[in-house]
Amino acid sequence: MTIDRREFLKTLGVAGASLTGVSALGKTKSDSDPEEFYAILHDITLCEGCQECEFACAAANNLPEPSSDDYPDSSIKRKLKPDQYSVINAVETSVGEVYTKQQCMHCAQPACASACLTQAMKKHKEGPVTWEEGKCMGCRYCMVSCPFDIPQFEFDDNNPKIGKCQMCFDRLTKGEVPACVENCPAEALIFGKRSEILAEAHKRIIEDPDSYVDHVYGEYEAGGTSWLNISPVPFEELGFKTNLETKPYPELTKGFLYSVPSVFVLWPALLLGLREATKEKDKEGDDHE
Amino acid sequence: MSETILSESYKRPASTWKFLLSELKPRGNPWTVFNMISVPTVMVAAVIIVIRFIYGLEAVSNVTQTMPWGLWKGFNVVTGVAFAGGAYVLTFMVYILGLEKYKPLVRVTVLNGFLAYTFYAIALILDLGKPWNIINPVIGNSFGTSSILFLVAWHFILYIVAQLIEFSPTIAEWLGSERARRNLKRLTIGAVIFGITLSTLHQSGLGALFLMAKGKIHPLWYSEFIPTLFFISSIFAGLSMVIFQGSILQKVFAYQMDEHSDERNNVMIRGLSKVCAVTMFVYFFLKIVDMVHNHTLGYLMSPMGAWYMLEMIGFVLIPMLLFVRGVRLGTPFIIKLASLMALIGIVLNRMNVSVIAYRWDQIPRYVPTWMEIVVTVSILFVQIWIFRWVLHRMPVLRTMESMTEKKAKHYEVTNHA
Repeated sequence: MTIDRREFLKTLGVAGASLTGVSALGKTKSDSDPEEFYAILHDITLCEGCQECEFACAAANNLPEPSSDDYPDSSIKRKLKPDQYSVINAVETSVGEVYTKQQCMHCAQPACASACLTQAMKKHKEGPVTWEEGKCMGCRYCMVSCPFDIPQFEFDDNNPKIGKCQMCFDRLTKGEVPACVENCPAEALIFGKRSEILAEAHKRIIEDPDSYVDHVYGEYEAGGTSWLNISPVPFEELGFKTNLETKPYPELTKGFLYSVPSVFVLWPALLLGLREATKEKDKEGDDHE
Repeated sequence: MSETILSESYKRPASTWKFLLSELKPRGNPWTVFNMISVPTVMVAAVIIVIRFIYGLEAVSNVTQTMPWGLWKGFNVVTGVAFAGGAYVLTFMVYILGLEKYKPLVRVTVLNGFLAYTFYAIALILDLGKPWNIINPVIGNSFGTSSILFLVAWHFILYIVAQLIEFSPTIAEWLGSERARRNLKRLTIGAVIFGITLSTLHQSGLGALFLMAKGKIHPLWYSEFIPTLFFISSIFAGLSMVIFQGSILQKVFAYQMDEHSDERNNVMIRGLSKVCAVTMFVYFFLKIVDMVHNHTLGYLMSPMGAWYMLEMIGFVLIPMLLFVRGVRLGTPFIIKLASLMALIGIVLNRMNVSVIAYRWDQIPRYVPTWMEIVVTVSILFVQIWIFRWVLHRMPVLRTMESMTEKKAKHYEVTNHA
């Protein structure tokens, strides 16, 4: 009797475990694609605004170095430029001056890549979103679509390029970490698989809730990005965009794109049917003018 | 002037090449007001375009990193395509529904649509940063199939071809090749069906381009229904263009009209007005549904809300009522006024979605340079030049007469009356 009951419970347990196991497996599997991207965390509480990342970025991408009078200052807003992929800004907040870093967020499902009609903007399985000059036709639809306003176009050039952070894709393929991460003296930037980086971000918030707001910017913004931020103050105070969708931006066009094949199949049939139905059956050869 | 043109066109040289050369020569008085304005403007535009390709877009245009699309995209492409919608609506009415009475309008509308699309493609090339790469989405391994713009670009190209096929019998007639005309005519219905399908998709597709700009376009103009709204408004935009353009052609090409063309035209524009009024009502209604659905009513009491109401009441509701009134009273003037107002409403709507309400919160605001405006206007001028050249030479408007020889019952009646 007891054995029976034990057996019974065991069976139940196994069944239950396998059920939850299956569902858990299914869950991790569906989530694993964005989780396996590389990601970078910018811990704003650690950033000292030294611009080392900007110089490293310029060197890694063969861009001009920021000039000596171009440094973070809370009275000005420094902007991304076609030849500057990353900018540090000083922001005066309720906890004093903090430093933000702006660059491409490398969305899990980027609007720019889905907007690009030539696949010049491309999402790689490692995480980076890169731009390829030979394919781009300069239509700037990526700029219209990007929720973070990242791609920068060389309006002053007759053979313009789009400038944006490539997450040092070349270095990544060689097994190196992005230049900005490698050169950050304050260790405000950390690099790794997105799931690990995300876990680390949450760990820091939980371990020191007084120093951080409970928000990992980039966890859900635009459907999740490869660039994550944690901050001592709410992100709107830092000028981050906080009115963004939490689903990926390409989802917004999906309904329309899915309707295209149906229209292509249904319309001609419908039109032909209508024509036959309304045609006067007498005469009217194909020569009618 | 009119006699000379007519008699010249009937003196047909023996060889086709000689005929083509003789047709290329300009005719009539070159010192018209239109020419005196358009020729210098286009010459200035040519210089601006050279500057643009040497020094980049910034040298001539006010587009910026946050405002990447300006007048050339917003007006010449997005607005212009809506205006060219008349071709697919009219071919639908004539070839699919068999409404033969609108047939006299088909050729001129298809020609206009064909030229419009061609010139919007040219405007697009001027705006592209790397126009030589425009071939990438067409050939090679660079198909961005998830892109709405990819879809729109392809439909653009295919529709230009479809319209050329639809128009080709006219060219064959002009060249005097009856056999070619007959063969090309056989392709018409296929091109029409294909063309209507493509138009449905790219008219709405132009709206769908802005779906990902959520948050960048003012909530009164952003809607997940932009594709539907763009499609429906393209119907009355295209037909209003047919009506408005028709009233100008009646005057400019008076020598090609017979004494009954006025009357015939009034019958046609009255019919088209009904279609305009109904589609405008549907459009207006959908806009209100959308506003309620998206909870944007609260925005109406802001400056952008006033601007929105000007568009919706001043240039959708009022022209809609004018169309109804014009049909009731049978007054061509009211109908023409309504069509002009509807066209302004479409300019406002398309410009609002793509330029004015796009980044409405940005300071400083985008205002086009005079150079952008000159190029925009010049593209229209060159388009009109070619349109005019064709109308003077090919049997586009004159089918009204040539039809009487073949078979068109009621024209026979009116001609003998």
